[in-house]
Amino acid sequence: MNFVLLIFLPIVAALFVPLLYRKLKNVHTGWFVLLVPVVLFIYYIGFIKTTMEGGHAISELKWIPSLGISFVSYIDGLSLLFTLLITGIGALVVLYSIFYLDKNKEKLNLFYVYLLIFMSAMLGVVQSDNVISLYLFWELTSISSFLLIGYWNTRDRSRFGALKSMMITVFGGLMMLGGFVLLGIMGDTFSIRELIANAPSFVGHEFFTLALVLVLLGAFTKSAQFPFHIWLPDAMEAPTPVSAYLHSATMVKAGLYLVARFTPIFAVSEVWIWLVTGIGLLTLFWGSLFAVKQTDLKAILAFSTISQLGLIMSLLGAGALAFHSDDPIFKFATFAAIFHLINHATFKGSLFMIAGIVDHETGTRDIRKLGGLMSIMPVSFTVAFIGTMSMAGLPPFSGFLSKEMFLQSMLAIRHFELFNFATWGIIFPVVAWIASVFTFVYSFYFVFKTFAGKQKSEPLPLKPHEAPIGMLVSPVILATLVVAIFFIPNLIGKWFVKPAVIAIQPSLYSHPSEVAVDVAAWHGMTDPAMWMTVAIVGVGLLLFLTMARWQKLYDIQPEYLSLNGLYDSVMLFSEGGMNKISRFYMTGLIRTYLIYMFAFIAAITAATLFIKEAFIVDMDSFSPVNLYGILTAIVLVIAVGMVLLAKTRLSAIIALGAVGYSVALFFVIFKAPDLALTQLVIETISVALFLLAFKYLPALNNHGETKRNKLVNLIIAAAVGITVTLVALSAHSQKMIPSISQFYKDTVATEAGGGNIVNVILVDYRGFDTLFEIAVLSIAGIAIFAMIRLKLSRKGESTDENK
Amino acid sequence: MKTNDVMLQTATKLVFFIIFLFSIHIFFVGHYTPGGGFVGGLLTTGAIVLLLLAFDLKTVQKALPFNFTIVSAIGLLLAFGTAAASIFFNVPFFTHAYDDFTLPLFGVTSLHTAMIFDAGVYLVVVGSTVTMIQTIGGDK
Repeated sequence: MNFVLLIFLPIVAALFVPLLYRKLKNVHTGWFVLLVPVVLFIYYIGFIKTTMEGGHAISELKWIPSLGISFVSYIDGLSLLFTLLITGIGALVVLYSIFYLDKNKEKLNLFYVYLLIFMSAMLGVVQSDNVISLYLFWELTSISSFLLIGYWNTRDRSRFGALKSMMITVFGGLMMLGGFVLLGIMGDTFSIRELIANAPSFVGHEFFTLALVLVLLGAFTKSAQFPFHIWLPDAMEAPTPVSAYLHSATMVKAGLYLVARFTPIFAVSEVWIWLVTGIGLLTLFWGSLFAVKQTDLKAILAFSTISQLGLIMSLLGAGALAFHSDDPIFKFATFAAIFHLINHATFKGSLFMIAGIVDHETGTRDIRKLGGLMSIMPVSFTVAFIGTMSMAGLPPFSGFLSKEMFLQSMLAIRHFELFNFATWGIIFPVVAWIASVFTFVYSFYFVFKTFAGKQKSEPLPLKPHEAPIGMLVSPVILATLVVAIFFIPNLIGKWFVKPAVIAIQPSLYSHPSEVAVDVAAWHGMTDPAMWMTVAIVGVGLLLFLTMARWQKLYDIQPEYLSLNGLYDSVMLFSEGGMNKISRFYMTGLIRTYLIYMFAFIAAITAATLFIKEAFIVDMDSFSPVNLYGILTAIVLVIAVGMVLLAKTRLSAIIALGAVGYSVALFFVIFKAPDLALTQLVIETISVALFLLAFKYLPALNNHGETKRNKLVNLIIAAAVGITVTLVALSAHSQKMIPSISQFYKDTVATEAGGGNIVNVILVDYRGFDTLFEIAVLSIAGIAIFAMIRLKLSRKGESTDENK
Repeated sequence: MKTNDVMLQTATKLVFFIIFLFSIHIFFVGHYTPGGGFVGGLLTTGAIVLLLLAFDLKTVQKALPFNFTIVSAIGLLLAFGTAAASIFFNVPFFTHAYDDFTLPLFGVTSLHTAMIFDAGVYLVVVGSTVTMIQTIGGDK
């Protein structure tokens, strides 16, 4: 079977959703949608056997073969893991949403269409082997995420959050496309597998670092890494199933996937390791620090997601060290990253669902109003407890194992010799430890402020009660997984993690079983990570108990100094500031625009003339000057001067007539009788026309011109005049080929049966020109006729956009 | 508010025909000596402008009852038709033909299809320029 087509299955299913929604009103549309991820999940489970043996499956659908662009579904350990997360959690989220969204109140057809598009896009991102189609699906996730965040589009906050996430992720996506194109140029292919195979030749290429940074920008924006994390908290305006699915388990992991996928290409670079590890760690720290500040349940989870993504990112960066060092601990880091990725998807998914349940059953997500729900909602509390304890890194939950591995990896970085890590490496475990303390604090904060203690005195918007069974099924399944993973970590490792690790580090292993990592819950008393965990619990508990005292410290930071403030002012500037800039140069005065044009014409022409050394004057090519010519030229100059200095229109028109007649005289002197005739008559008629039309115009005024304007005009006019003169002189001095006029002289009588060369050229040799010139003349006539006779604009007020 | 321009009007009646005849002359000799459709057309326009100056617009429109936009349309058709006719004789667009013919009144005359094209030019020039002047001048 051509399984690349399965990527499109959700989109195809989305086509039928509106139909089902309209025709079957009595059944919640979600039940039909549920089939899609379930079928896909079951199908993809079949690939586990292949990837466990280190193999892969591939299926191709040609799209634009001439450009090397096709849809390729490439399933190895890494993409299979993500595929199973997408379809598995997708199925649970759809199930949850059936009970979360009311079929009578919500526009379910839209919701499930967006969700299915997103599912296709995500499958495409993780399975694509072609960077261009990867980019296509990448942007599709941004767009469908935009639609889902703005699902309740009548709320201002939803629209704001949707726009913000769109702006940031699309910015990153475009940067990433740039990186992909550079990779394509370097490797002469768009296939990721071939790029990885060619990777050794990229080192030292001039585009290498640039491509690296661009691809990372894409990954960082999507995975909400510092400083691009600001869109994720605002994306919490989406319905909770969306937050659980997109903003904890799948889409935000697309960036991690990208980093993991491109590790074999870029890991040789020091920049990669520093950026991925450093930014990841900074994000971990930042996210955990600010999660404690939040009062909204979903905002706590959003910052916790940011923080956990940073953790995985830093582990991926540390894993890249394995390409430089044989120390097995760095291979271990990659394992830890993938392992925590699975853990995070399970516990964060369940926590979001619990936050949704609390919101759904009590009517608020504000943690200050909640409390004492433990006895009312025991199942939800149990699930939340399991999730948060796993997040905090306590046994016997899966988070404990990954947190241990994380601390061990960070401790190991100190011992890495290259790239200044020996000097700065000590920062890593310290920051990681502090971040872990805060993680512990916000995990406790989340679960105990919501469920423990007494109920607050003011009543909640709804009378709280336990959620319906259907809504609880998905979080319970996820929580069960969290506990189960703790007890069978090595089985999970063998099935999912090790095949993914060899996909990330293909050059180091040939078979998944060579990844020599054995996850154990107990490392003995001598293990430093164990003592770090003990310290985390101790300090964390202390901080949690004294939280009321120090939580106020967060208010010291003013809103405008935050990254959100920066984003807001950038957006404000791009609207208001750009408007100001355009208004500054778009004055609406033709005078100004003419100045721009003429200044540029003069500058560009003169610069070209001298840079290309084209300015040559050949005195020999000049004809002798005669007296009549000089006299006419003097008259001409005087007349032009009069036009410029005239105080009234009439004198300007008359002076212009004088200019025209002296030009006609020039035509006489230079033996052009036809031109002289035409010029004379044209001049006469146009002066008559001017007099006719200008009779109605007001007296000449300077239209607000100042002396300074006039000086600028003078300079630019002089510059244009001088430039044109110089060009004319040098053009006259350097004729490339002789004139073709001799041909006309020879054939005017024999070929065309005429005597007046000018007229014969006009009507015979080059009659085409004349044909269209008379067309121009008639268009001008009709246009004047239409302009004067049709005075529609005077009745309907003109619309000026500046008003 | 016309004053009694007897001298101007009388002179115009005479001069108009002189200019008009000269413009026709210029038009016909164009192929051999300076002149042609364009200058001929402009001179005719000049003659009409003179009429407009001496008499008012309505009088001129009564004396020359042409719709000048149609005149220029006929001119365009004539010019384009001449150019296009050549393709019916299996020669490229815009190929002219000429020969000497013995005509009853003129004797041996050289006839050239370029003349028909030039007539088109003449009509377009007269039609368009007079349209412009009449509309601008007639605007209130």
